[in-house]
Amino acid sequence: MTEIVKSITTPIRLEYVYRPGRATARFLRGLAQGRILGQRCPATGKVYVPPRGASPTHGVPTEEEVEVSDKGTVTTFCIVRIPSENLSVKPPYAAAHILLDGADIPFFALIQECPLEEIRMGMRVQAVWVPKEELAPTFESIRYFRPIDEPDAKFESYQEHL
Amino acid sequence: MELREAQHVLEYPYRRSVGPVMGRFFGALKEGRIEGVRTKSGRVLVPPHEYDPETGEAVGDFVEVGRAGVVTTWAWVAKPRPKHPLDRPFAWALVHLDGADTALLHVVDAGSPERMKTGMRVRARFRDERVGEIHDIACFEPEESR
Repeated sequence: MTEIVKSITTPIRLEYVYRPGRATARFLRGLAQGRILGQRCPATGKVYVPPRGASPTHGVPTEEEVEVSDKGTVTTFCIVRIPSENLSVKPPYAAAHILLDGADIPFFALIQECPLEEIRMGMRVQAVWVPKEELAPTFESIRYFRPIDEPDAKFESYQEHL
Repeated sequence: MELREAQHVLEYPYRRSVGPVMGRFFGALKEGRIEGVRTKSGRVLVPPHEYDPETGEAVGDFVEVGRAGVVTTWAWVAKPRPKHPLDRPFAWALVHLDGADTALLHVVDAGSPERMKTGMRVRARFRDERVGEIHDIACFEPEESR
């Protein structure tokens, strides 16, 4: 009797060489100094972080560099309960969009040092950096965000960024 | 600090269920046979489908087809990538197996593109250790080399 095969593994692997370009390179160098650098759109005044060198709405170069805070507001979040291979963090964990103070676009990060059921929209958080000697030009310089003792931000303050 | 480039790897370790028809096809490969299915109109589909692509009707019995057939089209790969099935230059080819009415995508180990020709006959070389997947056929080889 011929066996009926139930499933097969079909792994997909793509190896990229990523070239960040000038704007993102400045952002990554900023992370190596413990700073978060964005760029301002000259047409709208909005600050984009990480910067891509051009305004996504107007297409013009974003040449003015702006340092934003490492504190911000949770706009949306997701509790992840499904494990994934090659991921250092174990579920359940919280992934969030965080609107950094001074930025006009949310930033993706993990939230820790907080019970999952307490994570909420409007919660104020701050980046937890790796030790100074481990700072490097990579997103991994920010380990995660944790809650800070500040009143929740009003919905109106971030409703444009959902 | 120079920031010219960074290595980045995107990897998904998919496992997919194959269903009763492809499952039987892979099971037959494990036993060293190539099987297709016969549609109501009598056509033999290799690789098999669960439904007749022309009418949408369920397919009928499994049919063993030949291990050899004819190349209907091909493309030469001069520089194989690490995940390609062969570590030397080869051809991707559609192989119309003896007894089948459709063609199977696989590789032909021909050594050089000069040995490839549409209409050439090729024969499957099976692996000794088979697990029930398409790479149980290591490759197809030109018949004249045998």
